[in-house]
Amino acid sequence: MAEMTLIEAIRQAMDEELARDADVFIVGEDVGARGGVFRATQGLIEKYGAERVFDSPLAELSIVGVGIGAALYGMRPVCEIQFADFIYPAFNQIVSEAAKMCYRSNGAWTVPMVIRAPYGGGIGGGLYHSQSVEAFFTHVPGLKVVIPSNPYDAKGLLKSAIRDPNPVLFLEPKKGYRLIRGEVPEEEYLVPLGPANVSRPGSDVSVFAYGMMHYYALQAAEMVASENIAVEVVDLRTLYPVDKETILQSVRKTGKALIVHEDNLTGGYGAEVAAIIASEAFTDLDAPVRRLCGPDVPGVPFSPPMQEWFLPNAEKIAEAIRQLDRF
Amino acid sequence: MEKSEYLKLFHEMVVIRRLEERAAELYQQGKIGGFLHLYIGQEAVCTGLISARQPVDRVITAYRDHGVAISCGLSAREVMAELLGKATGCSRGKGGSMHMADVSKNFWGGHAIVGAHLPIAVGLALADAYKSQPAVTICMFGDGATNIGYFHEALNLSKVWNLPVLWVCENNQYGMGTAVERASAVSEIRQKACGYRMPNDSVNGMDIIEVRETALRVLEEIRNGSGPQLLEINTYRFRGHSMGDPERYRKPEEVRKWEENDPIGIYQRYLIEHKIATEQELDEETSRAEAEIQDAVEFAEASPEPGAEELFAHIYSEA
Repeated sequence: MAEMTLIEAIRQAMDEELARDADVFIVGEDVGARGGVFRATQGLIEKYGAERVFDSPLAELSIVGVGIGAALYGMRPVCEIQFADFIYPAFNQIVSEAAKMCYRSNGAWTVPMVIRAPYGGGIGGGLYHSQSVEAFFTHVPGLKVVIPSNPYDAKGLLKSAIRDPNPVLFLEPKKGYRLIRGEVPEEEYLVPLGPANVSRPGSDVSVFAYGMMHYYALQAAEMVASENIAVEVVDLRTLYPVDKETILQSVRKTGKALIVHEDNLTGGYGAEVAAIIASEAFTDLDAPVRRLCGPDVPGVPFSPPMQEWFLPNAEKIAEAIRQLDRF
Repeated sequence: MEKSEYLKLFHEMVVIRRLEERAAELYQQGKIGGFLHLYIGQEAVCTGLISARQPVDRVITAYRDHGVAISCGLSAREVMAELLGKATGCSRGKGGSMHMADVSKNFWGGHAIVGAHLPIAVGLALADAYKSQPAVTICMFGDGATNIGYFHEALNLSKVWNLPVLWVCENNQYGMGTAVERASAVSEIRQKACGYRMPNDSVNGMDIIEVRETALRVLEEIRNGSGPQLLEINTYRFRGHSMGDPERYRKPEEVRKWEENDPIGIYQRYLIEHKIATEQELDEETSRAEAEIQDAVEFAEASPEPGAEELFAHIYSEA
């Protein structure tokens, strides 16, 4: 086992898949010689050449559109969108083209493509480099949406995503790129797309989170453990299609559910999780389902204190857990 | 070309014309729902262009796709059945008029969102280049699509990466009801290729021979490494944008003037004047085409609707 950062695990996943399958290629803005804005693809062009790791113009809809065309052909493109905030020009390509191809062709066309995009706040990126975009895409049958929270999962999930025959939006918590470290096995492994992960078992309160907020949820669970609150933390990992069963099992055990994400509250992914719990585990609940989310303001502001007010963190999550535990 | 090939092209044009005429009737009878965009008047474009392709060449187009589907080798039966939303249609009824496709015929679909298939065409060509395939991606779109961002990104990218794409603008003079000169800063669409240092040409889209010969030359150049090119094919749709278009944006005299240049009539005269076929032979082809469409209509009407289980089929690939 080797300890590494989240971004190292992501790079290693791409490295291994490039080595394994000649149909895999990487395209995006400055993914080649520059190695990507966050250095996710650093060293890959030297290893695999400019035919397989190549720069695109600054043109997000084309990065994704080209990926779709190549994927229809049978290639396995890994498209990098530099920041999730920049993904909107490609929205039509993802939602109307990639996600519908298999359906409209009755399975004759598949789009085995991964779109990687760093998302989320916490690095002082301001309004246009901090967005969480998952809710726009977890509404789209035909698309898979994955958000890893740790290096082990990031590597295993990304390798699965590259091998998956469907389009996968792979959102990476950029705040955690170098902050989150963890053990990653030397030998090859995959983490399947689909199942959520109970990352900390507990009996009093269930916390559902993903990405950066999962990292803070684990910290919060540790903080309240000394107060005799046994928190169960569920890392949702694959947001769409959602793993209902793991969510419901956890709520049936604890009777209390807190959902955490940094995306805006209203119409956010947490609303779907809350609806699943309300409609399928209503009689198991001992308290109303709670959500701790980014507030309904248009963006994550730049100013450090404003960014802090916007984003949930371990302390805020711990406080929400305490309130729910007391209910 | 052999005589049989000349006749095959004539047959194909008439099949498309009759298919569209019958589709209009079925629409008026309420047997085809939704939106229906007819290709009448533009038959020489897809027939001439696609007759020039090699089997390895890919074709991808916009929503006015019935004729393109026929020219790519889909049967009138499966096109008509798709128009009626039947299980036997080429997209098993999921697609309808705007979403014909059959990858086995290297026909990568009609696409309903204007311009959105252009970057996808770049991706197909990129994959061909990656695999060193001698294929050209033929990407068709209307004049209206040249005003949307997709067009400009896709042309730029195909040139920057020097990919084997033939961009084909079917300029039928109107984007829905908006005349080209009211929507585009240049009314000669081919000029837009100059901004991307791309070789370009324009042809009379009512003349199948001109379309075919130009396409043969350009496809060969691209196959030999010229990089992408743009071909503007000037044509005209004799019917409205879709069914139920009151056509207030153009004068009946203008339509009549174009109808005098009916591509089927032009080709018919060409074949007779060049003594390639007799009038009787062409009449026989026309009758065969009519019988084929009659058969397609009967087949489509008798075909079953898709089953309810199809609603949830193929959301994801399990392959």
